[in-house]
Formats: sequence, structure tokens, C-alpha cells
Amino acid sequence: MSTQHEFFDALLDPARPIPAGLTTWNGSDPAVRFAVYRNNVIVSLIDALADSYPVAQELVGEEFFRAMARLYVDAEPPRSRVLAFYGTSFPDFIEHFPPAASVPYLSDVARLEMLRVRAYHAAECATLPADAIAQSLADVDQLPTSVIRFHPSVRLLRSQYAAASLWAAHQGIEDIATVDPEVAENVLVMRPHVDVEVIRVSASTADFIARLLDGATLGTAVEQANLADFDLRNTLSLLVQKQLISSITTSRGKQP
Amino acid sequence: MPTVISSALPGNGASASAPNLPARAGVGLKPEHFRQIIDTQPNLGFFEIHAENYMVDGGPFHHYLTRIRENYPLSIHGVGLSIGGETAIDVTHLNKLAALIDRYEPQSFSEHLAWSSHGDVFLNDLLPLPYDAQTLQRVCDHIDQVQTHLKRRMLLENPATYVEFAASTMAETDFINEVLHRTGCGLLLDVNNVYVSCINHHRNPYGAIDALAHQSVGEIHLAGFAQEQDGAGDTLLIDSHGSPVAQAVWQLYDYALNRIGPVATLIERDNDIPSFDVLFEEAGQAEKLLQSHTVRENAA
Repeated sequence: MSTQHEFFDALLDPARPIPAGLTTWNGSDPAVRFAVYRNNVIVSLIDALADSYPVAQELVGEEFFRAMARLYVDAEPPRSRVLAFYGTSFPDFIEHFPPAASVPYLSDVARLEMLRVRAYHAAECATLPADAIAQSLADVDQLPTSVIRFHPSVRLLRSQYAAASLWAAHQGIEDIATVDPEVAENVLVMRPHVDVEVIRVSASTADFIARLLDGATLGTAVEQANLADFDLRNTLSLLVQKQLISSITTSRGKQP
Repeated sequence: MPTVISSALPGNGASASAPNLPARAGVGLKPEHFRQIIDTQPNLGFFEIHAENYMVDGGPFHHYLTRIRENYPLSIHGVGLSIGGETAIDVTHLNKLAALIDRYEPQSFSEHLAWSSHGDVFLNDLLPLPYDAQTLQRVCDHIDQVQTHLKRRMLLENPATYVEFAASTMAETDFINEVLHRTGCGLLLDVNNVYVSCINHHRNPYGAIDALAHQSVGEIHLAGFAQEQDGAGDTLLIDSHGSPVAQAVWQLYDYALNRIGPVATLIERDNDIPSFDVLFEEAGQAEKLLQSHTVRENAA
């Protein structure tokens, strides 16, 4: 077995003996010094999760969060040297972590936090100004076959819980006393410019945007909308106002 | 057509395009400080970033770094290449590094004499190496590969370590000098690491500074350490980057400047990050020492 393989195994599993061949100038137990490396690896990775999931940590407290994060680090150490997105599967881990079952909304709040991280680092992309969008949408014949593409930062979370309100309460934006965690919320996450924004949308608006994000034409997305509570005009004006539309093309490939 | 007069570059603009880092003090760039730096244009020699933090598609990191780069020289410091690793250099990672270097055209690129990945797992720590012939060959091969791929000379940083290896056949300083000699790379002299390693392994830090190849030093790092105890109750220093530079390290730095002459010097702080003003003041201390050592001889 190679030196580094032995070192690696001992780093990730404290139950293993430390690697052979480590020395200290004063003959002291090298295990005490090796523990510094074990600690650096585990603590730095738990810290990386705490950086990405600050609200999840506040919801369960630091001690619980770090104990849970440690188990995740053991199960899923990073496979990338870029740690910005480390812990993408942490919300799924939380969802199936029995000790967290009493906080059923924890995994969705964590999902929202990772969507914000993704949006924060998403690629730059020019978006269409309102007048260009108006021009594209003015051609009624083209509308059903139009395909709307979004800024790469646009993400959608469908939650059975009040994920956005819980998150906002922990930013001091909303009063936690007014939040009912059991109210389902649909959340649009975006970073059209420098700052990430989080807004709640109706279920029907979320359905519509989800279809567009999947590449459906405007015609299909509208046909499938529940017209009883779907307001196309409001939804489009939201997308225009937030400058989230990067292109509108038709199936005939005409650019605006 | 009216004549278009190109606008004059503000403040430090002239040096932003200099070929090398200036022999001045710089600070590690932290997202918490982006806006203040852009608003106040502090009088600093350069900024340094961790390469891996900027391997993202877009967003504020690139937005602010682009603006800061317009006015300051830049050092890109890698923490994930695992140059000492038994696993082959990750070419995908190297390509990302090349793209980042193409984009920002930094005055300096540096990495560590350490390993941080094994197989496909990234350990996010700088792990120690035995100083033997086999490791020397591997480290040199990897540095050759990196310098060839990036088409530039890199600087290699001396490590802070907590254990030594029975397998080592060379002193750390001899090992490093041999790597510098064989690969032509430069030395990022981390004075805090010299101090930490020398205390941890009962060596003389001034002797270590004397022994390293002075003409290869392209940059100096200064940082703070934490103090613990080993199994015998002796001092064990931890390279924590979470506190101000210690007095003993300032003294060693002054000694190094006496021997080497003024070299671009970074104040590193990666944990418990204070306000920008605190780091700026620490950089001011380094700047004062730099200005009192005006002559540099035998620079490569």
C-alpha cells in the first residue's frame, strides 16, 4: 500500500491506526500530531457546509448541525477541488437523516440555500430589455411557438413547506412569529445582476415557469396552465421586470 | 470625428499591467472586502486570490475581481493542485487553472509543496511529504507538467508541517532547493511556515532562511498561527491563518529581508477574517519593513 493511501485512510477514519513511519523530534506520540491533520480535514469541510447552509445551521443549532455535517462528510467527501458547490447532496442527506425528522422543512430550506449558491456563481448572460420582449410578444401568430430562455441563474424550488419565509425570517426580512412552516411555497431564485434575489410565486406561476425552464413553447406552457388561478400577464411582467429573459425564439428560429 | 482621448488610469493603474509583483505589501482578497476595496482604492501593492474560489462560471466573484484587477497587480495562489500527490495531476483542474490565468493575467501563480487529493477525493488540507528521492522525482515531474501546461514559471510554497517521516533522506531546505534547481520554478517563501515547521521539528528558523535559495524567492507570505501542545507537552504550532502575524514571525521576516532584499509580501488571513482596515494596517507594517530594505541582490 502506498504511503499516501495509508495516510488517506487514517485521515478519514479515526478508528484506524495512524500511518507507519511518522516521527517526532522529541519522541512524543505522533498520533497527537497526526490528529491535527484529521481535525483540519474534517473541520474545514464541516465549515464549508456551514458557509453554504447558514440558515439550516440556525434552524437546528450549531452543535446538531456540525454533528450531522460530520456524518455527511464521512459519507460524501468532496470529489472536486472547487468547494463552492460542495454539499449539493446535503439536503437529500438531511431529508433522510432520522434525527432531523422533527424539523421536516430543514431539507427544503437547505435546498433553497444551495439554489442561492448556484445562482450566486451562475454564468453571466445578457437579458432582453422590456421593449425587445414587448416587440417579440407583439407578433401574436408567433406566440404559441415561441421559446423563452432564462438567465442561467434562474432556479425554482417547489416546497411543501414555507421554505422561503423561513429563510427570510432568518435574514431578518420577515418576522418568524408570522411564519407557518406548513404552508407550501414556490420559490424563484435569480441573480439577474450582482445580487441574488428570492421571491415567492404562486403554484400556477411556478408550474408555468417550470415548463418554460424545461424548454416548452409558450403555447404549450399556457395550454397546460390551470387557467382558474393563472395570470399570464402578471407572470410575464414579473419576468420582464426582474430581467430574467435572455432570449425569445420561435420554432422557426426567428430571433427577436 | 473628434479625437478620442483614452482616459488616464487611476491610482495604481500603471502597476496593474507590470510584468512582476512589485516589492510591496499585498493582502489576500476576501469577498467581505470587495466593495470597500473598489470604493476606497487602498494603496496596496497587489491582491492575492485562491484559484479554486474563482473556478465558478460568473457572479460577484468575477464581477468584483475584474474591477479590482483593473487597478492592482494580482497573484493567483492555488490550493488544490496536489503537486506532491501520488495521484496524477488532474488535467481538468489544470485546464480550469489555465483558463483563470488567461482571463486575469496575474503577475504570479503559486502552489504548495504538499498533497491534498487522493484518488478522486479532495481533502482540503495541505498534507506533508517525505523528503526522499522518489518524492523529489514525482514533485519535479508534476511541476514540469504544470509549468509546461500553463506556459509560465510557477512559485512553490514551503509547507507548514506537524509530523516528519522516517523515510526522509534530505533536509526540507535541501529538498526544496533541489526542486527549484531541477524545475526552474521560484520559491514562495512562507515565513510563517518556516517558523511553524522549525518550532514543530526543533530546527533553527534563521538557519532555514539562510539555507533556502534566496535568488529564487518571488514572493513572501506572512500569517498568524495557533499554539497547541504535542504528546510530550512541547509547543506545537498550527498554521491557522486566523490571527495577526506573530512578533517572532515579524522578526524572522525582517531577517529574511536582510538576507534576500525586498520581495512582494502577502498578509494572509483565511479564518476569523477581520475588517479590511485591520489587514490593511498589517500590510502597512510589512510595507514599512520592505521600505527599510531597499537593495535586492542576485534576484533571478
